[in-house]
Amino acid sequence: MTEMGGTPIPHAPGFVANDTPRIVTARFDYEDSHTLERYEATGGYRGLRKALERTPEEVQTQVRDATLLGRGGAGFPAGVKWGFCPPGVWPRYLVVNGDESEPGTYKDRLLMELDPHQLIEGCLIACYAVGLSQCFLYIRGEMAVAQERVARALNDAYSAGYIGKNILDTEFSVDIILHWGAGAYVVGEETALIESLEGNRGMPRLKPPYFPASIGLYGQPTIVNNVETLSNLPWILEHGVEAFTGIGTESSPGTRMVAVSGHVQRPGVYEIVNGTTTFRDLLYSKEMCGGIRDDNQLKAFVPGGGSAPWFTADQLDLPFEASQVGPQGSMLGSGAIMVMDETTDIPAAALTLTKFYAHESCGKCVPCREGGTWLEQILRRVVDGRGTPRDLELLIEVGETICPGDFPHAAIPSKGIEAVPFPYRMTTICFVGPSAFAPIHSALTLFREEFEAKVAGNENRTMIEVAVDVR
Amino acid sequence: MKFFSEENLELADVIISRYPKPRSAMIPLLHLAQEQVGWVTDDAMAEIAELVGTTSAEVLGTCSFYEMFKRHQVGTYVINICATMSCALMGAEELMEHAERRLGVKAGGTTADGMFTIEGAECQAACTEAPCLQVNYRHRYRVTPDEFDSIIDELSSTDHNVPDHGVLSQIRQHIPEDRFVGAVPPGDVASAPVWMHDEGVD
Ligand SMILES: Cc1cc2nc3c(=O)[nH]c(=O)nc-3n(C[C@H](O)[C@H](O)[C@H](O)COP(=O)(O)O)c2cc1C
Ligand code: SF4
Ligand code: FES
Repeated sequence: MTEMGGTPIPHAPGFVANDTPRIVTARFDYEDSHTLERYEATGGYRGLRKALERTPEEVQTQVRDATLLGRGGAGFPAGVKWGFCPPGVWPRYLVVNGDESEPGTYKDRLLMELDPHQLIEGCLIACYAVGLSQCFLYIRGEMAVAQERVARALNDAYSAGYIGKNILDTEFSVDIILHWGAGAYVVGEETALIESLEGNRGMPRLKPPYFPASIGLYGQPTIVNNVETLSNLPWILEHGVEAFTGIGTESSPGTRMVAVSGHVQRPGVYEIVNGTTTFRDLLYSKEMCGGIRDDNQLKAFVPGGGSAPWFTADQLDLPFEASQVGPQGSMLGSGAIMVMDETTDIPAAALTLTKFYAHESCGKCVPCREGGTWLEQILRRVVDGRGTPRDLELLIEVGETICPGDFPHAAIPSKGIEAVPFPYRMTTICFVGPSAFAPIHSALTLFREEFEAKVAGNENRTMIEVAVDVR
Repeated sequence: MKFFSEENLELADVIISRYPKPRSAMIPLLHLAQEQVGWVTDDAMAEIAELVGTTSAEVLGTCSFYEMFKRHQVGTYVINICATMSCALMGAEELMEHAERRLGVKAGGTTADGMFTIEGAECQAACTEAPCLQVNYRHRYRVTPDEFDSIIDELSSTDHNVPDHGVLSQIRQHIPEDRFVGAVPPGDVASAPVWMHDEGVD
């Protein structure tokens, strides 16, 4: 990859194979999985050829029938979203969301480093089906190796006639332009991604419109899809809708990639069957994470990326199925599970997430910009032992300026507390603001005693009501 | 006054030609500037403004939003130590303390010889391999304090292939001229692309 000597820069480790069906990680076992030679030798670009034998409309219908849920966080079906492009408005664009930066999330980078051609083929199928005139593949700035692997794959695919003018000698012509970001979590939000691609500060746009499919890049209809979502398309086209819906459940078919990190025996990235696999299967089975490290007890886990309300052992039997996880107070999000064992300092763990979201606020909405900073500062003094009991109320009060009303949380059967279902109400444009509050709310609701222990004895301490000088 | 080298200026034109609007090339050109000298200078921003048809203030506005763009000299090797949840659960704080001791600078600082800058960073999409860090945006996984020391030794020698700060992908996208469809700006096209016409989609 480079001409210089020295130790080669290794590609991403972490993937753990098991005997579940493998749709998007099927090639990961090959050392040269990222090359065009390997891709072609293992069925590569066959899905595209099949697509080109059909009309664009037929391909769209297939993807809609497959119920391919978006893997970027919101879980919206790709085929339905594609249908939101207003008829008669051209050109339309595709923006690939490879900005992966939600805390705990680790899968898109693997897909880009280990199987870039699969992603490219997916982009081409989407462009053909929806009539998208140009594709921008937006990779997170801090992923130099992924950028290199995708650049090389694009160069090889252009030379081989898979991208550009008259693809595979048909009328279908589209460019894929490689683009990368420069470090800003919020740019993963699709309208911020578009702003960034237009050369602007990456701030989310006001909604409505809710989908850039109606008004997106340069005001034109724009499909934004996640890397993993698009990486499923070649398989669906090659093997057919029934093969895909035959895996998983009717409402959550296929597989999905999940990253399990933190205090498990075997942290790793797993491709699991969607809809049926439970958190217990994932965290405790020998084939997967093998239980909690050192045979410790599980204290809590974040089930769907840093933005998601937390679960405890009481929710382990829930499957990866949005319609079951939502009513229990959380979300599946980006497939990131972060596990905390009994040794974890819960308020300190929550702080690592709140700090993240406070830092990543783009500043457009006051409740997020000010509230996130307040939450971080108040929680920090609680963690440092400088907080007062009143601070615990203040955390909730500040949180309520971002998310008014009941905030979702898991049930605690031993205390007779029932779950508050997802989603929440919010005063902000995007989910960064609420995400600064989510870890605090979960931690305080589920483990209040740990916070009380931190502020005990500080009852008479003078409290600093205003964390930020706003005069 | 001119900032970009001849070679990079040619490259800048190629990059701009790929986008429907020149301004979309702003971030790629800022990266190119940073690749050339390791950080983004005022001269670079002025020239980028000219190239994409906007003002220096607009370029500064975009540039200053993004963490990776440095508007001052940083070390040859920028070491980002992840501090987000999964890494924090696995010892990121100890790793940072060790790094600060070993290099004799605090997070955000650069060693006196200009070799190393250390920064506290956020989730690097390597959470299963915690704690992790990046050197010039190349990952190192499950880094112990001892391993941190050997990374520093390695980077201090010539026996490594981490390029200087500012260089991201060492492979550039190349689009053969005879295969390039060309940028599709809004307004230039009012009908469906040709492969959609067959089925009478408007
Ligand atoms: C703050 C924020 C950050 C996001 N980050 C990402 C991201 O890094 N990658 C991603 O694919 N989607 C991310 N999303 C979701 C996108 O807005 C969008 O829903 C998704 O890319 C659509 O693709 P899909 O339908 O294929 O999942 C983020 C959303 C929010 C609100
Ligand atoms: S919620 Fe926060 S990050 Fe999102 S748009 Fe508002 S200020 Fe920006
Ligand atoms: S939390 Fe450190 S890489 Fe994700």
